[in-house]
Amino acid sequence: MSRHVVCSADELPPGSRRTAFVDGREIALFNVDGRLHALLNRCPHGGARICTGVVTGIAQSSGPGDYRLERHGEFLRCPWHGWEFELATGQSWCDPRTTRLRSYDVKREPGASLVKGPYVAERFPVVIENDYVVVETR
Amino acid sequence: MNAPFLEQQARQTLAVVDCDIHPAHRTPGELLPYLEPRWREHYQTYGVHVRQALSSTLMYPRMMAAGMRTDALPSAGPAGSDLDMLRKQHLDPVNVEFGLLMALSKGGMEERNPEFAAAMSRATNDWQIDHWVRQEPRLRAGIVVPQEFPEAAVTEIERCAADRRYVQIMLSSRPSDPLGHPRYWPIYAAAERAGLPIGLHPVGYNGGHPSTGSGWPTYYLQEHYVFVACMEALAASFIVGGVFERFPGLKVVLVEGGFAWAPALAWRMDKHFDKFRKEVPHLKQRPSEYLRRHIWWTTQPIEEPEHARHLVEIIDWIGWDRLLYSSDYPHWDYDNPSFSFKFPMTETQRRKIFRDNAMALYRLS
Repeated sequence: MSRHVVCSADELPPGSRRTAFVDGREIALFNVDGRLHALLNRCPHGGARICTGVVTGIAQSSGPGDYRLERHGEFLRCPWHGWEFELATGQSWCDPRTTRLRSYDVKREPGASLVKGPYVAERFPVVIENDYVVVETR
Repeated sequence: MNAPFLEQQARQTLAVVDCDIHPAHRTPGELLPYLEPRWREHYQTYGVHVRQALSSTLMYPRMMAAGMRTDALPSAGPAGSDLDMLRKQHLDPVNVEFGLLMALSKGGMEERNPEFAAAMSRATNDWQIDHWVRQEPRLRAGIVVPQEFPEAAVTEIERCAADRRYVQIMLSSRPSDPLGHPRYWPIYAAAERAGLPIGLHPVGYNGGHPSTGSGWPTYYLQEHYVFVACMEALAASFIVGGVFERFPGLKVVLVEGGFAWAPALAWRMDKHFDKFRKEVPHLKQRPSEYLRRHIWWTTQPIEEPEHARHLVEIIDWIGWDRLLYSSDYPHWDYDNPSFSFKFPMTETQRRKIFRDNAMALYRLS
């Protein structure tokens, strides 16, 4: 694991996002209400640079006629095909669709009706140290 | 020593032909300079007449993110209106050798006023050359025609066809009548004379019919799927109507309507053809033969079956020389060539789908 200073903390205020090149990889950084997230800037489904996607919640339903937008600010929606990834884990919430990828673990969140898919956006730990944003890569 | 490395390089840098790129107007009045004064005044006074009740939006559940990639919005104008962005975001990184324009917005395809439809088509075609093809030599135009007024459509085809920067004739896959109807046949005669393929692409609500035979869809997921239903119905109409019997040189490209359904349609039609032959004595071949001889398919949005290799068997049936790569830039269901095919292909198959089939069909060089 190596640690990389990306920018000063005030260059990534709440509600903002930016990209940084770390170890030859482009990483997208988000500050959502003070929570910092860093993901590899490439959608594992179609290859889009996901940094420009919408930060949103997840639509949940217990059946037809019931629609709830929950966990607002916890998901990133890819700018191309709309695939949603949980910012905190990189986990895709779209359905698994290929045999090869089915071998991934599929987990079910308590109370959630959606099945997580096999596509996971690569995520890096990010911390503020002495007012600098630091990303840890593996 | 170097051979494997070079081969790998060649695959990654393979030039592609993209058969579906959408140019947009940067400003609402962008076509005005291309209209004669009479129609310019008409446009400014009455506006364009889209075949639906609501003038500023599409009638039923369309579109997610206005139909666009959310990262394709330039600093000024709508997605698809900035040539430089198209170069940087798509043509350069994807290594597009030729990109075929599909001009959908405010062309003549959906206009009901016959003379105005002709004027708008003419303006759209001149605008494509002026704003896009002349500025960017990798781009090629499609001839927009007032398709519900075949006589005017023929005039427009004949005006443009000699110019090799136009490579096909565009028709909406949501026409007023199924496209096998004889009233459209003058268009096919003109296409055959010009040696240009017909490219069918879905538009808004041409003709005003619900987008399914069973009424309007409730969800965008349904609406997006019925692009397929339209294409199936039109393919059957072309074939059973005898269009390909009358115009043996006619080539039809189905853009953005999927392709995995093609074998099933052909098998079904063939089965019934054996029983209903007397009803359609004008057909000299089985329906599947017309399908495989006269129809091409573009890939985007490609079907993604659970077992990706299932597509290989389908393409084996359709023919590896019948499939053309398309991206649909800048729309939200854009397909990047590096990610859209999730099954292994031979180098020959890859070259055909990404480049060679389109080069031959559209006579690009």
